[in-house]
Amino acid sequence: MAHDIPPVLHATGISKFFPGTIALDDVELRLEAGEVHALLGENGAGKSTLIKCLTGAYQRDGGTIRLSGHEVAPQSTAESQKLGIGTVYQEVNLLPNLTVAENLYLGRQPMRWGLVDRRRMNAMARDALAGYGLDIDPAEPLTAYSVAIQQVVAIARAVEMSGKVLILDEPTASLDRDEVQLLFGVIRQLKARGLAVVFITHFLDQVFEISDRATVLRNGRVVGTRLLSEVSQKDVVTLMLGRQLEAQVHERKAASAGAKLIEIDGLGKRGMLEPLSLALREGEVVGLAGLLGSGRTETANLIFGAVQADQGRMLLRGREITVGNPREAVRHRFALCPEDRKTEGIVGDLSVRDNIILARQAAQGWVRPIPRAEVNEIAERYVRALDIRLASLDMPIRLLSGGNQQKALLARWLATNPDFLILDEPTRGIDVGAHAEIIALIEQLRADGMALLVASSELEELVAYSTRVIVLRDRRQVRELTGAEITPDNIVRAIADDDGREVA
Amino acid sequence: MAGPKSSVLRRIMPQLVILGAALLLNVLVFPDFFHVDFRNGRLFGNVIDVLNRGAPVALLCIGMTLVIATRGIDLSVGAVMAIAGATAASVVTDGYGWGTALLAALAAGALCGLWNGVLVALLKIQPIVATLVLMVAGRGIAQLITEGKILTFSNEGLIHLGAGTILGVPTPILIWMALGAAVIWVVRRTALGMLIEAIGINERSSRLAGINSRVLLVCVYLVSGLCAALAGVIVAADIKGADANNAGLWLELDAILAVVIGGNSLLGGRFSILASLIGALIIQSVNSVILLSGMPPEFNLVIKALLILAILVIQSPRITYLMYMLRASGPQPQPDRPPMPKARKEEAR
Ligand SMILES: Nc1ncnc2c1ncn2[C@@H]1O[C@H](COP(=O)(O)OP(=O)(O)OP(=O)(O)O)[C@@H](O)[C@H]1O
Ligand SMILES: [Mg+2]
Repeated sequence: MAHDIPPVLHATGISKFFPGTIALDDVELRLEAGEVHALLGENGAGKSTLIKCLTGAYQRDGGTIRLSGHEVAPQSTAESQKLGIGTVYQEVNLLPNLTVAENLYLGRQPMRWGLVDRRRMNAMARDALAGYGLDIDPAEPLTAYSVAIQQVVAIARAVEMSGKVLILDEPTASLDRDEVQLLFGVIRQLKARGLAVVFITHFLDQVFEISDRATVLRNGRVVGTRLLSEVSQKDVVTLMLGRQLEAQVHERKAASAGAKLIEIDGLGKRGMLEPLSLALREGEVVGLAGLLGSGRTETANLIFGAVQADQGRMLLRGREITVGNPREAVRHRFALCPEDRKTEGIVGDLSVRDNIILARQAAQGWVRPIPRAEVNEIAERYVRALDIRLASLDMPIRLLSGGNQQKALLARWLATNPDFLILDEPTRGIDVGAHAEIIALIEQLRADGMALLVASSELEELVAYSTRVIVLRDRRQVRELTGAEITPDNIVRAIADDDGREVA
Repeated sequence: MAGPKSSVLRRIMPQLVILGAALLLNVLVFPDFFHVDFRNGRLFGNVIDVLNRGAPVALLCIGMTLVIATRGIDLSVGAVMAIAGATAASVVTDGYGWGTALLAALAAGALCGLWNGVLVALLKIQPIVATLVLMVAGRGIAQLITEGKILTFSNEGLIHLGAGTILGVPTPILIWMALGAAVIWVVRRTALGMLIEAIGINERSSRLAGINSRVLLVCVYLVSGLCAALAGVIVAADIKGADANNAGLWLELDAILAVVIGGNSLLGGRFSILASLIGALIIQSVNSVILLSGMPPEFNLVIKALLILAILVIQSPRITYLMYMLRASGPQPQPDRPPMPKARKEEAR
């Protein structure tokens, strides 16, 4: 790169303080034209905060930002968009009641005779989304679609906005391999046009696949910027954690399962999930694999009563039970850690402490408050066990970093001591260090005799902890893999294969 | 964190400051404002009047705070006051005792609250629309009960609730303070407060966490109905008659205002009943200034509106933030949200 071409974006000395936390301390970030720059770090390292300071979503407490050599100081996200910085924030921030097309073109709708030209807007939206392999009706409200699709819409919007810089904060967290490849295709095009792309993720494979350089943050400081062609994944992990991550050995678990806990017999709902049958023993982890929209989340929701099934029955320890709503499910000692942490998980304005205790308190009823001392003991225990990074238990949970929110939700359900734990994408947004710990935790819970049903789009992870894997396609159960059959390749094949349609 | 006591104080500080200012205005226009007399076995004085006249709104805002915390609103409380007053009056004129009358009025209030709760929680009708039904229909119902006239009564026991004293203190003051304390105690000593806040902040998450949000919602409207019924009985007892057309007229707006002045967000979530009660006293102090300054009554509503506008502007997140910035000198951590926000601000974009 020539010396006289200033970097597209050069931020120096960026600092940001929150009560009780130094989120960013003298951070430098330099983005060259035509590079994909990964921003890495543990949960709570300050990645999202840095992005928000750059785009004016937060007011920084110090530092300067130069865009193509000129100092800029965006005061709001709208201003940074005008400067040519398009951003997808970690928590998808669209307007759920508007249509997909309106979300894409809000603020710059195509006009005709002084009115919004809906037909053209919808056609434009359809074209734009087709570039990401999405064939959906852009005139439908956004809420009609899953988080993953909403994420693609947010990305498409940001891409259209970005003239100089595109920032993606964990854009691939809920995407499948194919969608990720489509996204990478778009990123490569932008890169060829000379844009700088910032890519935040905890998937190191993806980092090495698409990025040129990486800047690593730890506790709000930059610990290094590396050319990725010169380092290994292990180097990067060591830089992120400040320690080496021991390799995890997963021996194949013998089906050491105990008594039969749950039998699900033909549970389904028209238009949502074909009848599904499944039996779980104590001390068993059943993995749910499948593409986006294959019915993983629907399965979890039906079993937990978040959505009412219209057929089938469920037996708990041989006795038939009805689960009409989550409250009844909790009474049977079920727990469901949902996929979409922002709208279905956290109660944003309540403290971390209240969020952790919420399900347990709800189960105990409002008349019997859990004593303050016990609440603190429980909350502190899980904060320690799951290494949740926070300034204080009293801070509203929405101020935690994404990965730490996820851990707090896990704590909420572990605190109810469930017999049957359903996890929907438990490691979404969780850093590499914590990822290994959560897999170890699932292993531990299983060994202690809990029954777990885990839906995940990460195959390596499923393989690591599942004693059986159920593969879903088009909202129906298509295969069941057991024992030595459980390998990433077999799962991929079962997901793709149209012949394996016999229900195992 | 410095303990629950100091955090409560920090929460109600802005309201206390405003109340102080409003009382100061009172003293400016009427220097003897704080003078309290003990005559004929009763406390007299302007402060006592503020506490006494503020009783209806104070009672209403207890239930209203809970309703608003769940992201709802109860527009029917004024009409429910009329229904309850009419019920009590007609029961005593039928020759029953004041206890029966009070119970009947409370039952009527509970029934109204239940109706609202069912519309909101079970039929999922938006609270503002659901409670509008009773707001409109309520006065008609009250008129049916009073048969279209102002129903006067002379039952000593019932009148005592609005105009009597206990140990020299006007009964309405004791009633609202006792009910306020009781509800605050129940809400904070049990898990009720937290669960109500949770459903107000994120109903979906709360339901998935196993909270019975329907029952809680119904309860909250029920409490609001009961509070309104008590307020209605007090107002009727005070004038020794039930006026279906005018009892509690527009008081739902004062109650909502008290909750807002109390720093509670209309978007639901964290709430403080204590702050709302102080808000009710602020409103009554403003009424008192206007009365004491001897301004012609035509100005009353305009001046009240201006004063309240001023209070709300002072409390607005922007201004609070500006004041904070002015006070803070040198590089200091700045909050991304002002210290006392009323509306939840988006985190990004
Ligand atoms: N508005 C806020 N108020 C107080 N603290 C905050 C706020 N926003 C972020 N923090 C704190 O700043 C730190 C950095 O958070 P940030 O969201 O930037 O982490 P991150 O690197 O994006 O983590 P993750 O990988 O989990 O998304 C965290 O400790 C978080 O709790
Ligand atoms: Mg983040």
